[in-house]
Amino acid sequence: MGTASDIKLIDENGLRIDGRSPTELRPLKIETDVLDRADGSAYIEWGGNKILVAVYGPREAYPKHTQDIDKAVIKARYNMSAFSVDERKRPGPDRRSVEISKVISEALQAAVMVEQFPRAQIDVFIEVLQADAGTRIAGLTASSVALASAGIPMRDLVVGCAAGKVDGKIVLDLGKEEDNFGQADLPMGILARSGKIVLMQMDGDLTEDEFNQATELIMDATRRIYEIQREALAGKYRAMAIERGGE
Amino acid sequence: MPKDEAGVLSEIKRNYILRKLKEGQRGDGRTLTAFREISITTNYIPRSAGSAYVKLGRTKVVAGIKVESGEPFPDTPNQGVLTTNVELLPMAFPTFEAGPPNEGSIEIARVVDRGIRESKMIDLESLVIEPGKKVWIIFADIDVIDFDGNLIDACTLAVVSALRSAIVPGSKEGSKDFQLPVRSLPISVTMVKIGDEIVADPDLEEEQLSTARVTVTTTEDGHIRAMQKGDTGFFTLDEIRKAIKISSNTGKQIREKYFQ
Repeated sequence: MGTASDIKLIDENGLRIDGRSPTELRPLKIETDVLDRADGSAYIEWGGNKILVAVYGPREAYPKHTQDIDKAVIKARYNMSAFSVDERKRPGPDRRSVEISKVISEALQAAVMVEQFPRAQIDVFIEVLQADAGTRIAGLTASSVALASAGIPMRDLVVGCAAGKVDGKIVLDLGKEEDNFGQADLPMGILARSGKIVLMQMDGDLTEDEFNQATELIMDATRRIYEIQREALAGKYRAMAIERGGE
Repeated sequence: MPKDEAGVLSEIKRNYILRKLKEGQRGDGRTLTAFREISITTNYIPRSAGSAYVKLGRTKVVAGIKVESGEPFPDTPNQGVLTTNVELLPMAFPTFEAGPPNEGSIEIARVVDRGIRESKMIDLESLVIEPGKKVWIIFADIDVIDFDGNLIDACTLAVVSALRSAIVPGSKEGSKDFQLPVRSLPISVTMVKIGDEIVADPDLEEEQLSTARVTVTTTEDGHIRAMQKGDTGFFTLDEIRKAIKISSNTGKQIREKYFQ
């Protein structure tokens, strides 16, 4: 985790540096079909994060040696724009984004009915336009909406959510200062209805007890985030119905 | 990664391992949470600042430390630098290829690095030569020379052992050589899920049969310092809780047995 600092992240009333309670999410908004060319797309704003996701496929997997004769392969590419962070980020994949792309691909693979598309690949392009802590879970949350909006059959939606430790307290959904100066970060990807864990990373310092507190916050928030995902998808079909003159 | 590259496990082996697991045993006779035999040889490469040759069953890795002076990162001007790199050498496995690190070796290196960094094993603040200008840079490089599963734990053991034996060449910067200051002993424990069973320290055959992987790195105080779930399957929350317990118990045993 980040370096120690003198900044007080939780005040005497138990409120966080941005005024949230320990169990409160940052404002979260998801839109579908924001891009015209892609087979499916989504845009998420989560706190100061602004992230676009585009889905292409299923299409024949290329290069050929990446094909799986039993199922489709999900190839997520997490990328941060040069202008997404304070100091310009050198364009192209670094080791961090290679790792994030890998764990997001694996998480989505568990949700998509990949067995229906042998030898195919499904590309998920995640572009972080503005980063504000928790980009991987925001990207994952938007990815599963983009896949659904592309009409790709899925067992479940994947919800991304994180909890962490700040000033010795377990809190939900770390903001930027909390991420930089906190003591632990635990991003997770959860299958919304079954509660199965498909992505988990952690760094910092947590006791077993603190881990249990953190996952309790995450599981509870998962339901709230899932509703926002569903609403984004339902909104899309409602709009289509109105367009066709029905309700 | 090695799982995909390794091809398919024969039907007869697969059935044997699955049948044994139902009886609470592993193909090689281990219990579900037991590690394979570990052997650690430190100062294996005397030309490096610190080194270790680690065997974890038939998996073999060599870690070497090099220490050089250089510029600190702008956001941590008063800290030394630690970088970890893993090379999956073509000699280690038929389908490992030479070339730049792939996503598999990057993931291994980053999980190993996080375990050591978050455990605060190295006192990076004591590695400043000239604040803001010059610090010691610790390069931890790991060669995987023989692959039979569970590279994350083999590599963590090797880097931790190598760092504990490392000497910083202070004489090159006008002071004295000194032992790299070490403050904790992180141990990573990697487990995979085969069917509904969680097994620790999987060998290659078990990795091929598994659907999901989780690594939990703990320190002496039993605190969790780093975790990573990998692969395309899932864990339930109860399974993760169980994995954390296994890691902290096994970590304790490994510390007692191999690091007295």
